[in-house]
Amino acid sequence: MQNLLLFIRKHWFVVLFLLLETGSLILVANSYSYHGSIAFNTVNDFSGGIFSTFSNVSDYLNLKEANEQLLEKNAVLLNEQQSSLLITDTGFTYKDTLYKYIPAHVVSLSVNHPSNYIMINKGFLHGIKKEMGVISNNGVAGIVIGVSKHYSLVMPLLHHNARISGRIKKNNILVNIVWDTDDYRFGNIQDVPSHVELYPGDTIVTSGKSMIFPEGIIIGYVESSTENSNMDFKKGILRFATDFKSLQDVYVIENLMKEEQQNLLKQADE
Amino acid sequence: MNSRLVKNSIRFILLVLLQVLLFSNMHLWGYVTLYPYLLFLLLLRVDISKTNLLLIGFFTGLVIDFFQNTMGMQAAASTLLVFARPTVLNFYFKKVEFAPREEPGISRLGFTGFFKYAFTLVLIHNLFLFFLEAFSLAGFFSIIERALVNSVATVVLILILEMLFSRKKKGL
Repeated sequence: MQNLLLFIRKHWFVVLFLLLETGSLILVANSYSYHGSIAFNTVNDFSGGIFSTFSNVSDYLNLKEANEQLLEKNAVLLNEQQSSLLITDTGFTYKDTLYKYIPAHVVSLSVNHPSNYIMINKGFLHGIKKEMGVISNNGVAGIVIGVSKHYSLVMPLLHHNARISGRIKKNNILVNIVWDTDDYRFGNIQDVPSHVELYPGDTIVTSGKSMIFPEGIIIGYVESSTENSNMDFKKGILRFATDFKSLQDVYVIENLMKEEQQNLLKQADE
Repeated sequence: MNSRLVKNSIRFILLVLLQVLLFSNMHLWGYVTLYPYLLFLLLLRVDISKTNLLLIGFFTGLVIDFFQNTMGMQAAASTLLVFARPTVLNFYFKKVEFAPREEPGISRLGFTGFFKYAFTLVLIHNLFLFFLEAFSLAGFFSIIERALVNSVATVVLILILEMLFSRKKKGL
């Protein structure tokens, strides 16, 4: 015992180094597991506060671009107004009443790590819960994985654990979208049946099968595809519709029927 | 003593803010990220106790992690940096006699000396960080290449900052 203590005292520098290094590696390992990232609870009002102050400045510089995007979005919404539709069918219902959109603002984000995060300035005070979908003006952005009082943390598509179910818009074939942690502009399309032709420019949209995103929100556009002659499935490269690097305004999507859907699933399990 | 503490605290806060508000969000050519906060660790006084050195390195990294949401990565890399620091200092500057409480800055080591010192440690930090991020040895050479480019860019920024810092000191 005394020898051990002597040894530790003699090599204190190395021992302390190994202790600290082990501590940090445990932290890294925790954030690496899927459940670790889903259970992200360290969203902090302090770092969030500092980021929002700074974000106010950069917002001002990007006002013009933001304005243009808003105008575009506005125009789309105006087109969808009841008054701009000729309603002939009395059984017409709005699909979107299933979903509620909560606007939020990005206060910090990263794009160059294998696991990136986006922090937004709305928290559980504003009705945000875990596993809600997040979209930008242009397309899908990510999924909420941590919520504090005023802020939430979003796992963007740019995360090595991110996997979202999509659909090729032209023929409704289901595919999966992942990210190979390399370039923040491109994702990978997986599980494309080999008989399906993928052309550059084809649109990939959300499948609406996840209870998180409504159907038909754009994920991205096909950039290229690889032919694999002896495989059942082929792969492709996807250009994300959302420009993650300049992401500023997002909408968090609440599925108003999620609880009902989940309860139904539970019944099936029993 | 106190003025030294104040100076170090100001340097710490300035560099951390510069890091998390500006440079952590800036990726030159898409993949080069500068880590100027390492200058704080490089400039800790030479005769600092080894325990303090390790703890300061660890917690500085942890603060950056906290803001970047990269739990543990920077802490692991900066702990390694401060662990290697005494060895690197000893390797390059065996003959240099440091006065008590002296900082290994440009004014003491000279431009070339400081460059060698900073580059070696930043490279150690970057290599470890990138291997940790990739979490595998796949793409071994591309990681080394990335770490090299990244270290050169970081050291250039650190040299500029250090020249600004030390010029101010002379002015006072």
